[in-house]
Amino acid sequence: MITFEQVSVQYHESAEPALHGVDLTIPEGELCLLVGPSGAGKSTLLGTVSGLVPHFTGGVLHGRVTVNGRDTRTHRPRELADVVGTVGQDPLAHFVTDTVEDELAYGMESLGLAPDVMRRRVEETLDLLGLAELRGRALTALSGGQQQRVAIGSVLTTHPKVLVLDEPTSALDPGAAEEVLAVLQRLVHDLGTTVLMAEHRLERVVQYADQVLLLPGRGQTPVLGEAAEVMAHSPVHPPVVALGRAVGWSPLPLSVRDARRRAAPLRARLDGRTPAPATVPAPARATATVDRLAVQRGPVPALRGVRLDLHPGEITALMGRNGAGKSTLLGSLVGLHRPTAGSVRVGGLIPHQTRPKELIRQVGLVPQDPRDLLYAETVAAECAAADRDSAAEPGTCRALVARLLPGIDDATHPRDLSEGQRLSLALAVVLTARPGVILLDEPTRGLDYAAKARLVEILRDLAAESHAVLLATHDVELAAELAHRTVILAEGEIVADGPTPEIVVSSPAFAPQVAKILSPGPWLTVPQVVEALAAEEAR
Amino acid sequence: MPKSRTPRPATGPRQLHPGAWWLWALGLGATASRTTNPLLLLLIVAVAGYVVAARRGDAPWARSYGTFLRLGLLVLGMRMVFAVFLGSPVPGTHVLVTLPQLPLPHWAQGVRIGGRVTAEGLLFALYDSLRLATLLVCVGAANALASPARLLRALPGALYEAGVAVVVAMTFAPNLVADVQRLRAARRLRGGSDRGIRAVLGVGLPVLESALERSVGLAAAMDTRGFGRTAAVPPRVARTTAALTLLGLLGVCVAAYGLLSADGAGWALPLLLLGLASAAGGLLLGSRRAVRTRYRPDPWTAREWSVAGSGVAAAGLMVWLASRDPAALTPSLIPLTSPGLPLLPALAVLVGLLPAATAPTPPRSSS
Repeated sequence: MITFEQVSVQYHESAEPALHGVDLTIPEGELCLLVGPSGAGKSTLLGTVSGLVPHFTGGVLHGRVTVNGRDTRTHRPRELADVVGTVGQDPLAHFVTDTVEDELAYGMESLGLAPDVMRRRVEETLDLLGLAELRGRALTALSGGQQQRVAIGSVLTTHPKVLVLDEPTSALDPGAAEEVLAVLQRLVHDLGTTVLMAEHRLERVVQYADQVLLLPGRGQTPVLGEAAEVMAHSPVHPPVVALGRAVGWSPLPLSVRDARRRAAPLRARLDGRTPAPATVPAPARATATVDRLAVQRGPVPALRGVRLDLHPGEITALMGRNGAGKSTLLGSLVGLHRPTAGSVRVGGLIPHQTRPKELIRQVGLVPQDPRDLLYAETVAAECAAADRDSAAEPGTCRALVARLLPGIDDATHPRDLSEGQRLSLALAVVLTARPGVILLDEPTRGLDYAAKARLVEILRDLAAESHAVLLATHDVELAAELAHRTVILAEGEIVADGPTPEIVVSSPAFAPQVAKILSPGPWLTVPQVVEALAAEEAR
Repeated sequence: MPKSRTPRPATGPRQLHPGAWWLWALGLGATASRTTNPLLLLLIVAVAGYVVAARRGDAPWARSYGTFLRLGLLVLGMRMVFAVFLGSPVPGTHVLVTLPQLPLPHWAQGVRIGGRVTAEGLLFALYDSLRLATLLVCVGAANALASPARLLRALPGALYEAGVAVVVAMTFAPNLVADVQRLRAARRLRGGSDRGIRAVLGVGLPVLESALERSVGLAAAMDTRGFGRTAAVPPRVARTTAALTLLGLLGVCVAAYGLLSADGAGWALPLLLLGLASAAGGLLLGSRRAVRTRYRPDPWTAREWSVAGSGVAAAGLMVWLASRDPAALTPSLIPLTSPGLPLLPALAVLVGLLPAATAPTPPRSSS
């Protein structure tokens, strides 16, 4: 269905080709997952299929990409619109109209389909994606998962042969991601649509993939193969694969269900053992206290009677579905929202009444998009500005950058950094003022496994230096690996608060893969299991 | 090519044709533009507000009436401030207060800062800006009752692409506001102040950057969804289209000049009609290039006629009354009089209330 013949892509401003030596065929009706580290050219590869590369982005495309027999070099994206449907990470950037029904019809209107055909297909698509209840709703009034489903539906109505998805679930909470993935699987099974999808969160998607296309990056040739085979050697892999590799299962299980069926002997071996207890910080006085906090945002109450203490040296994960109030809680701690009731105190200050210059010495927030924090032209200028902003010794921020982001060039533009590097730079900028409390909003969005491992290290170091860390995240694996404590928010209220193992093991939505495989054992991460097995063998 | 149309059913709760709402609102706006009588203007605002309250849906854009109302108040306030400090072209005898006058060099003659503030000048500014605010409120009412994106769907094929540009530009503003808010919050996180002019200016560049990025993203998304696909037409047709449209526009321009300069009373009107016909022909022929079809167009029924008609009737009555009794519509400032509410024009404005009864109730989407 999609063939790449000796494809390479070179952008004008860069020395290295963004994509090199892609020569493969993706057959019809496959769900093909595109994996690889950041910067390996995943988005570029997806762009060549929809025709956006090179028609929209510029750059030079060598070789040939054909989709359903159409050469994307001679066909502009609009002329491919009836064979390729494209959905990106942010559904709101994709919408052209303002209600669900109109959005579903938009692509068909552009193609000039007959009105009665349009009418029928809109109804079919509403049913297929479970959107019938929402047909008249305004797109901005939908939840993240619903928006992403509408975005997929809006390209489905033209009956494309190929669906191209760039990180469709990375902005979604676990429940909404399941919704979207269930829809994709249904398309592949029932309609025979070929799906090409890039995604960093492999633990969510790899079990649905028929084939995996691995882009190792750095000039190595791409590998296309059966999911289990590719995963056995892939540098990026989900915990279930890591566990399978560590224990030596073959063929490698890709889903929790397969792994669970294989894991009975492992569970028996681990029975009676417990993971080495995490180094729980010594109890200390709370550096931040939230007491019966209520915040109103527009007509809706965003927080209702939240109580939370943050202690130095403790990493707390804040979880909950999109719109549960996580960002509002973080914003309240840095004084972005005025409480309608209750109180917030950080290091003895009341955030919304404190001057920003004083507040940043107590608490720092890395927002969802770290780019918001960065506005200078170069890394060096950014560091100098950060020193000035927080009245720190000149060079403080640069030293932090050197520690968090070794080997970065002073003259690099922050925009040219990868997602992970940008996050580290923003974190360095925040740390320049030496705040005791550090807040991160969705830090792992768009990060690959290597960048995530680096972030885990950095945050552990910060906690060891007795910073209090609070991170809002949808990433259950990150929370399991990193957090001492997990807090779950729903509808602006705290519904669970306690040590991470106790909270996540029992929860179907928030349990990490290892916990699901080895339940009812108390295991959360692969390193814990590996350590326990090594200890057993040493005996 | 004959098209089998499948419009939405015309019974039960439904959205009124957006064109009808916009015609109604433009009619009210035209009514407002004919008068400076504050009582009549307030009556128009009240009529628009009542209809919006009675017939708006529950979509996010239905709240735009309040935004435009605030915008109108802002215009009013700014005009009054200017009238106080920069003086007014209206000579007046009732001095309310005398501000210290700033001495200006002789080349700035005609400009005055400070000085006498007269009741006449203030009232003139008030009436004038109230009229502008009323016009804004009428646009806000149209926005709340039918979003511009829905109006776009009713445009003929040849105008569609130009219409998209307008709609994208209109969504630009709210997104810009959201960006400014987000980046000001980010400045606060860096220890900068988030209040004052400097904070707003400091985020200017990043805001423009992200707005540009968003536009490029939307353009890419629209392109991949087939926006701008055209059907092949013979070059002769394409040339005829261009010629007809250009000639038509040229004719309209010349005719407008003739009408305004009053020396072409004989030839201007026929030329205007000819120009309009030619331009319409060009548009019609141009629609053959567009391959777009329309999903469930809104029907145009008696209800639409009544809504659009009420707006047009109000405007027509007002124009007629203005020629009969101009004094009632523009209350005199010199000498100062308190404005009265003229009965007939007030009744004309009240005709605009008709949609509150005749327009169908919009469907409630969130249950």
